[in-house]
Amino acid sequence: MSEHEHRHHDEPAQRTPGALELRVRALEAALTDKGYIDPAALDVLIDAYETKIGPRNGAQVVARAWCDPAFRRWLLEDATSAIASLGFSGRQGEHMVAVENTPDVHNMVVCTLCSCYPWSVLGLPPTWYKSAPYRARAVKDPRGVLKEFGVELAQSTRIRIWDSTAEVRYLVLPQRPPRTQHLGERELANLVTRDSMIGTGLPRPA
Amino acid sequence: MTYRSYADLGGVELPGAIVQEPEGEIFHAPWEPRVMAMVVAMGPTGMSNIDMNRSVRETLPNYRDLSYYEIWLAALEKLAAQQGLLGDSPPRPAQVLRAETAFATIKKGFSVQRPATRPARFCVGDRVRTAAVQPPHHTRLPGYARGKLGVVERVHGMHVFPDTNAQGMGESPQWLYTVAFDAQELWGEQGGLQRSSISVDAFEPYLEPA
Repeated sequence: MSEHEHRHHDEPAQRTPGALELRVRALEAALTDKGYIDPAALDVLIDAYETKIGPRNGAQVVARAWCDPAFRRWLLEDATSAIASLGFSGRQGEHMVAVENTPDVHNMVVCTLCSCYPWSVLGLPPTWYKSAPYRARAVKDPRGVLKEFGVELAQSTRIRIWDSTAEVRYLVLPQRPPRTQHLGERELANLVTRDSMIGTGLPRPA
Repeated sequence: MTYRSYADLGGVELPGAIVQEPEGEIFHAPWEPRVMAMVVAMGPTGMSNIDMNRSVRETLPNYRDLSYYEIWLAALEKLAAQQGLLGDSPPRPAQVLRAETAFATIKKGFSVQRPATRPARFCVGDRVRTAAVQPPHHTRLPGYARGKLGVVERVHGMHVFPDTNAQGMGESPQWLYTVAFDAQELWGEQGGLQRSSISVDAFEPYLEPA
């Protein structure tokens, strides 16, 4: 690929859906031809992130922490090991930290410099998490951002923002919703939303 | 040498709403999963590293006009060109990710923690000031947290240093800390009204005792 061709890619005509599709196919064909990638491995990776590695993994971690005080302590002390014990370790989750919401503290995660996100427990990040408006405002106006997500916290609640600037990945442990004493781990996991584990949402009420 | 990152967005005044998305919605065009998978699969080839990838992405002049997978695509195209991967004598990949081992490989992950070779300079509770000057290369201290007073709240061990790794100058592991800043320190009085604190993960060379 010449420098000229690369510049060409910045032009709007190269950004139509059809043009993007062609660029991707051309790159995949070239990298395959040169022996760098195996298309069959790409299929496996896509299937993994579409069907196996997603926010339901994180929801199981949270539900376990709500039911099992020893697990909760372990998660808060050494999230990487506690999460691995449930089988959810892996790429973009090698160094995990869990941060716990309480009546006094609400945690929210962002990556202002790129799109760092705990893939192993939450899967691929939603578009808004990678978008400029969220990255710009989460650190400066977290209450405004939360309001956009429909979350209004008491003014007395302190907000803690975690900007994932290195390879540490953050998982928010939300508060267990009230009146859920009768629910088991699996039912509790259904109340745990992706956004509640990023900190831009709260778990569903029972 | 000038180095400009277009990705340092924390605190920047930008128009646009945050568009929410249902949980199952991962991709928005058929080519996006192929780009995601190509980027992941290129990891084991050793042709670049995560810090080089980020450096190439953040310096794309049209970074702010592109969707995130477009950024990944444009950066992968650029890296392939820069490293001569598509030329007549392409460098040999260290390893090629195969279908049989792909899942096990991502489940194993790629730890960036390295053995501690010297004691950490700071402890939990230490007051630190972050470096004020932006170096002319890839770095991971956001602009909004430059020259600010914070408190060390976690010590993570020694991790690969993005500043050198992104330049192909080696891993040069450094102690990594979580440093917390009060919103007022970062944003002034307006920030104080938020009743919030902001933590970043900062490498030891970014910090001085305060």
